[in-house]
Amino acid sequence: MSVQITSPRFKDNAKQALADAPLQAALAKVGPGFIGRRAAARDLLPEFDALRDSARDIKNHTLAHLDLYLERFEEKVTAAGGHVHFAVDAAEARDIVTRICRDLGAKTVTKGKSMVSEEIGLNDHLAANGIEPVETDLGEYLIQIRGEAPSHIIAPAIHLNKEQVEADFRRVHTHLPPERNLTEPTALLAEARGELRAKFLAADVGITGANFLVAETGTSIIVTNEGNGDLTQTLPKAHIVLASLEKLVPTLEDVSQLLRVLARSATGQEMSVYTTFSTGPRRPEDLDGPGEYHVVILDNGRSGMLAGQLREMLRCIRCGACMNHCPVYHAVGGHAYGWVYPGPMGAVLTPSIIGIEKGANLPNASTFCGRCEEVCPVRIPLPKLMRHWREKEFERHLTPAPVRYGLGVWSFVARRGWLYRPATDLAMRLLALAGKAKGRFTSLPLAGGWTKVRDFPAPEGGTFQAQWQARKAARRTGRVS
Amino acid sequence: MPSPSAQRPPLVGLFATCLVDTMRPSVGFAAATLIEAAGCEVDVPRQTCCGQPAFNSGDRATTRALAEQTIAAFETFDYVVVPSGSCAGMIKAHYPELFVGEPDWMPRVERFCAKVFELMSFLVDVRGMTSVAAAYEGTVTYHDSCSGLRELGVKGQPRKLLASVEGLELAEMADSDVCCGFGGTFCVKYPDVSGAIVEKKAVNILASGADTLVAGDLGCLMNMAGKLQRMGKTVAVRHVAEVLAGQGGEPAIGVARKAGS
Amino acid sequence: MSSRETVLGSVRRALGVSGQEAPRRQEVADRIAGHPRGIVPARADLPAAGQIALFKQMVVAAAGSVDHLPDAASVPAAVAAYLRGRNLPLSILRGQDPRLADLPWSREPTLDVWVGPSDGRQLAGLSHAFAGIAESGTLVMVSGPDNPSTLNLLPDHHLIVVRAEEITGNYEAVWDRLRATYGAGLLPRTVNWITGPSRSADIEQTLLLGAHGPRSLHVLLVGAL
Repeated sequence: MSVQITSPRFKDNAKQALADAPLQAALAKVGPGFIGRRAAARDLLPEFDALRDSARDIKNHTLAHLDLYLERFEEKVTAAGGHVHFAVDAAEARDIVTRICRDLGAKTVTKGKSMVSEEIGLNDHLAANGIEPVETDLGEYLIQIRGEAPSHIIAPAIHLNKEQVEADFRRVHTHLPPERNLTEPTALLAEARGELRAKFLAADVGITGANFLVAETGTSIIVTNEGNGDLTQTLPKAHIVLASLEKLVPTLEDVSQLLRVLARSATGQEMSVYTTFSTGPRRPEDLDGPGEYHVVILDNGRSGMLAGQLREMLRCIRCGACMNHCPVYHAVGGHAYGWVYPGPMGAVLTPSIIGIEKGANLPNASTFCGRCEEVCPVRIPLPKLMRHWREKEFERHLTPAPVRYGLGVWSFVARRGWLYRPATDLAMRLLALAGKAKGRFTSLPLAGGWTKVRDFPAPEGGTFQAQWQARKAARRTGRVS
Repeated sequence: MPSPSAQRPPLVGLFATCLVDTMRPSVGFAAATLIEAAGCEVDVPRQTCCGQPAFNSGDRATTRALAEQTIAAFETFDYVVVPSGSCAGMIKAHYPELFVGEPDWMPRVERFCAKVFELMSFLVDVRGMTSVAAAYEGTVTYHDSCSGLRELGVKGQPRKLLASVEGLELAEMADSDVCCGFGGTFCVKYPDVSGAIVEKKAVNILASGADTLVAGDLGCLMNMAGKLQRMGKTVAVRHVAEVLAGQGGEPAIGVARKAGS
Repeated sequence: MSSRETVLGSVRRALGVSGQEAPRRQEVADRIAGHPRGIVPARADLPAAGQIALFKQMVVAAAGSVDHLPDAASVPAAVAAYLRGRNLPLSILRGQDPRLADLPWSREPTLDVWVGPSDGRQLAGLSHAFAGIAESGTLVMVSGPDNPSTLNLLPDHHLIVVRAEEITGNYEAVWDRLRATYGAGLLPRTVNWITGPSRSADIEQTLLLGAHGPRSLHVLLVGAL
């Protein structure tokens, strides 16, 4: 829903998330579920890693020729009777969608899951213009009725438990009998299906995202398991596709390569249930399908990313594997990241869109464990790109003072061997003496970040280099060390 | 693995790393013992830091200066061995990035990086070591530190050598390849998040039933030892080299030396 | 300047190109004309019988069901048996596809067969697939009056006829057939790949079937029995 940015408060968000018991219970299921299923799917396909290379290469080729593929895509959509709209930024994308809805006299729109819609804050804008947006992906519907943002790019309501869902349904679906039993997830799903079926049939416009846009044919593709996206785009008078410009791929064969790694990386499925290729509006002979077909192609800062290292981020196919494997995401969940895109992919993408000033916490809040890069289906070097943002931050003197100061002192000493050796030797002797009795410290000046959550071991005393030199000297003079 | 007698044994420069140099010199001596047991000569040239803290904080200039300093100090050795996957990974995997587009540096940097190895990888992959002459009475669990595992492929080597230690029983923990939450400066910049991650790690360590935790990176070890000790647990935490070099009798990380010893 | 020009200009500036470079344009034209296949899994490199067996196995793995019939004439009875077996009304909605229209429906006089798109009130729909893909147990549906897309989505039970000779190994074979049918660079309004019945795991990651689309997907595979 809203695109309020709380990324600068990441630390507070994280602290709150760590103290949230239901959230922690939900997060505990993220790892075992997604990680195991992805690994099983990978093991069933001997070509999986070769396909990841192929997927990377396809995206690299497309990005290097993006202007031409965009033109080709536009040409084919137009030839099929559809319309392509370019939007420089979020505001323009919102306005284009609202204008199309107004022109059709739309009162309600159904929506398939779209992260770009979240990015541009479309729902609030539609509502402010008297158009009711109805999210139809079950997870998106749950967070819409709660007034929340998604906490995961493919499982937006992964932070909720079924008791919370039941309470929300009782609060919102007041026309249903209060005595109904909603304890089982199947009952909750059935209720959502019933509520949303009516919305699908009544909607004037359907808005979906796109997993891919195919230049060869002017086709937009959505990948879903529920079938909500298909109902959204098939039943109303018009289908609006919201897509950021890096969704382009050249051909149907290319998209088949990417589809082979997408579902496996995301949910561990061989293939998602519905992979739907839409080309233009309904044809004259068709008995169903939308009368109008619009594709809104959003830039919102992405074209600038093509110029440097960040181009690699534009390969992202939004599978969520990076967050599914991230120890930081597992600890704090998606909302702590404070904007639309969480986890490692968000840590790289978010600063590109909202600016490093507001997004600086995200690329810093990573242990660089490298698991995200290890599982990325398009082999994005996520730690390297997070480090790129840390460099930008450092260059622009945005690095927080304590970090900058501590690092400065360390660098000064480390660059001067003549100073480093005696200084560290003396410091360690003193510290060892202070910690001699216990062998560790429970608090230590200037190391509050460490000792807040764990003890700090006392050093053994004296440096290795000093001891080694002493041993060498002893050996030279014939004494046994 | 002894070298042919006609040749001199390879000369290894031991890059101790800042943490071993300052916090736990015994790991440096253990590494030297193992390298010598692998038929090499060891020396420790004057050294400071590989530059990783600066690199990961976005300070390219300092990183570059430290990289040049490290290369100059070590490039005359046959091999450079590092008892840390993280620092070895910094050098081997990341130094070349610092010299991209500099033809007068690049060949030199690449020659240098080719002879840099993490300790376990050096012993097993380069020197063909299959066993050590050490004994350790206890059940040991091994944590795969991230950089060693993912940048350098260190996984089977330490386990192979640990299996040869007399009296040692290896008990795998769940998620041994999941980050401990150290992450260099991350652990002090985001202590709450780091604390939550290392707490999960501690739970897995305890559930393994091991009385000793070993790993190949002192940063991770200090983090896990500090957490276990804050939780009041008595699991002994050691660098894997200490156990393999027969130094298992020394006080574990964060444990005081007994008076008089 | 229009937003279109702004965006394309910004892309070109970032790439350091004008858009007029002949080698770049040629490379793009060649890729679209040549549509290289990339890595195609060996899994479905099988003789026809093997592909059919793999297709059936993968449909079931995706929580669908399969009824392998000796011939098309057996379809009406199989439809009626499916509905009876689930205590559903003996009524089914289908499109105008002659391959369905020409079936001997009169052999099932108690089965009501309706023709047209779905408005959501029918419990069971019947479609004819364009292809079946052995690699993943996927059914390929194309839109049009023969098989309206709403039939794929609105009824609770979706029954799909596919002929044995329409089973292909992989996606790439389907693109070749679609290009041969509709022309290069052209597709029908909707091509829908369906792999199993609708599902959601949005509530506590518990996988449940029948989210918004059909709760059951039943394949009537005809021939090569």
